[in-house]
Amino acid sequence: MNAIEERLRALLIRGLDGEAAAYRVFLMELSAHLRAFFRKRLASLPDDVEDLVQETLLAIHNQRRTYDVDLPLTAWVHAIARYKLVNLLRRRARRELLSDPLDDERDFLSSTDSEAAEARRDLGRLLDRLPDRQRLPIVHTKLEGLTVTETAQLTGMSESAVKVGVHRGLKALAALIRNES
Amino acid sequence: MKTDDLVNLLASGAGPVKRHAVTRRYTVAIGVGAAAAILLMLGLLGVRNDLVDAIRLPMFWVKLAYAAGLAAASLLAVLRLSRPGARLDGLPALLAAPVLGMWALAAIVLADAEPTQRLGLLLGSTSVSCPFLIAMLSVPMFVAALWAMQGLGPTRPRLAGTAAGLLSGSIGALVYCLHCPEMEAPFIGSWYLLGMLIPAATGALLGSRLLRW
Repeated sequence: MNAIEERLRALLIRGLDGEAAAYRVFLMELSAHLRAFFRKRLASLPDDVEDLVQETLLAIHNQRRTYDVDLPLTAWVHAIARYKLVNLLRRRARRELLSDPLDDERDFLSSTDSEAAEARRDLGRLLDRLPDRQRLPIVHTKLEGLTVTETAQLTGMSESAVKVGVHRGLKALAALIRNES
Repeated sequence: MKTDDLVNLLASGAGPVKRHAVTRRYTVAIGVGAAAAILLMLGLLGVRNDLVDAIRLPMFWVKLAYAAGLAAASLLAVLRLSRPGARLDGLPALLAAPVLGMWALAAIVLADAEPTQRLGLLLGSTSVSCPFLIAMLSVPMFVAALWAMQGLGPTRPRLAGTAAGLLSGSIGALVYCLHCPEMEAPFIGSWYLLGMLIPAATGALLGSRLLRW
């Protein structure tokens, strides 16, 4: 398990330094851990698991600068996953469904589940609800793979406005998720 | 959208992240919050007119150290609580130390004083306004600290809000020291503390509402 921690931590640190490929692998492997963690604890809400995995991935991305590279990754990821899980249960007002204790970060990375179920909430549709100044930068740079410069030329926005648009758009997306459910 | 698609979306074009984002955010917040508190103090209250003499008295510096110690300890707590999963470790003890120190000093002062003078030492001449003026001076820092925290990742919002409130209260108290004429430990150990606890309690109440992410 320490080996997984070390591996994921190294991937994230490379990702934070700007290596998108390492960051993608980090998020991909992490999503399997998150899925297993949530599926075990949402036995009676199985349809919510994939939505929560996505919400948590988005939160981890938006909050990635709060990771202190000198501290263990597990504690950081576990705290975010636990926070999102508790929020979901609070929203569902069914905290009694929680059969397993949540304070077990030690076994957080011990299980994986790579079988993604279909998410019920369509993030693509939520993305469409963002204003153009946030939606267009995300669509062009992140879905169509254009560079910031190309996106700026295409949309007539400045390069810094494109970057800010991506950043704020992903935060706005997280807020839409929070408020809709 | 499938989860794999989301991962691709998040990872593609994700540039480098600036290091020390948390510290930088609070540097800005404290700069703005403290500067605004100083301006408020100068504009509404004014510096105590015997400041030149007061800085020669040890008690003036003890009072400053008390507020500064609380500000430093609550800043450490705020930095920890802004990151998911960070532990507080010995910080509650560090927070208690300046208060306990001032209380010990107050106990000595009260024990030495004539019984008839004790109430006067405790109440000073500004006890009615002191907590509210400290709370007033802490407002800009309170807004700035919550702004900084909102952009980060507090997973214990009530505790985080309390720490942010205490930080703003102690910065407010630090600035208030330049105006306030009171120099007795019993006064500072009670009314200053009350003034700092007003924003701390407000932070506890607002934390879970405002610090969602």
